[in-house]
Amino acid sequence: MALVDRFPALAGVDLSVSPGEVVGIRGPNGAGKTTLLRACAGLVPLRAERAEVLGFDLMADRRAVRRHVGMLGHRAPLYADLRVADQLRHCAALLGADASEISSAAERFGLGGRLESVAIRRLSEGQQRRVALACLTIARPRLWLLDEPHAGLDSTSRAALDELLAGAAAAGAPVMLATHETGRAAVATSRQVTLVGGRVAASGGAHDETDSSDVA
Amino acid sequence: MWRDAWLICRKDLMIERRARITLAQIVPTVLLLLVVFAFAFDANASLLGAGAGGLYWVALLFGGVLGAKRSFDIEAEGGNLDALRMGGLEPAAVLLGKAAALAAQLAVIGAATLAGLLILYSVTVDDWLLLVVAAVTGTVAFAVVATVYGAMAVGLRSADTLLPLLLIPVAAPVLLAGTRAFDVALGNSADQGWSWTALLAVVLVTYIAVGWAAAGPLLEDA
Repeated sequence: MALVDRFPALAGVDLSVSPGEVVGIRGPNGAGKTTLLRACAGLVPLRAERAEVLGFDLMADRRAVRRHVGMLGHRAPLYADLRVADQLRHCAALLGADASEISSAAERFGLGGRLESVAIRRLSEGQQRRVALACLTIARPRLWLLDEPHAGLDSTSRAALDELLAGAAAAGAPVMLATHETGRAAVATSRQVTLVGGRVAASGGAHDETDSSDVA
Repeated sequence: MWRDAWLICRKDLMIERRARITLAQIVPTVLLLLVVFAFAFDANASLLGAGAGGLYWVALLFGGVLGAKRSFDIEAEGGNLDALRMGGLEPAAVLLGKAAALAAQLAVIGAATLAGLLILYSVTVDDWLLLVVAAVTGTVAFAVVATVYGAMAVGLRSADTLLPLLLIPVAAPVLLAGTRAFDVALGNSADQGWSWTALLAVVLVTYIAVGWAAAGPLLEDA
């Protein structure tokens, strides 16, 4: 169970994700999708039950798992006044990555050239999302947690993201992504989990779930 | 720990370098404050000189509240605080780095204020060493306590008004001891200036100890 502002946002989620699996998390607004991802990232305190992520017991020490997890929430965690290159350098320094990681991540999401010297606040929402994804790529996480990752991205960046996630999964990293885009979820995920009221209401193959779902 | 603190400090200073909030907005505002005070006291040189020490620390307090608020505003927007948590940084290192960056910005505000006092109020300095040691100790102490309270107020809907309300009473020892030490350094008092500076150092150590102990809960619950 996880409490958010004393409200039980998750209550009895029974979920296991295998290495290399791409799981789509679906559900209506307020179902607990974001809280589930934040709980897996060790950002939300858990009050009861048992939770283990990448071998780390979240009830015992939820901070230990964080460094191994890459999470992108609704909003891109960027500093508006920094330039793109500053932001990527900061991410790399934070994670102990070297310069080659920065250039490869920037190249993957089309952030090279003129864009490098543009302030984050001057970028469109989609471009900011791309910078955040590039930061996540630099981190090379062992678990990917993404909340509406395709939102605001153009088709090229969506394809780059799908390719990135497929690559991460192929390398054995589990991927969990919350999305309202049923078509995109069917393509990008191997399993769909539907949350309703903080509980798992359904779980199954991506195509089964998208066909039968009544969740917006 | 020190590497993490340096990363945060460097990032905050880089943001300041790009945005120039301290140089382009806070410093001019503080200088305007000095001009307004001069008008308020009818340009009475002896009165302005006598109050110069206190005015310096009030100006620093004003700039510090704005700086501390902004220091955590940039973390609150876009979920940057979560990103710092995900980086696995030591909470104490985050506070230390942010306090160091704020101290550097306050040093700029303090230098500009002092220059304003010397030029606009025709203040003279009797003891530069005392003045500089008191200014540095008090500035760092104020940066530490402002950072701790900035972290406490981050994310609160009423943080804009709550931060000064919480911070000013706690920072009062810095204002008091700093003003007394400056009064001596500026030749306005025959008090024990170094005793007041020693008090500033004690206050600094206390703030650091409290900040160190509170860093974990503050940043986890923010």
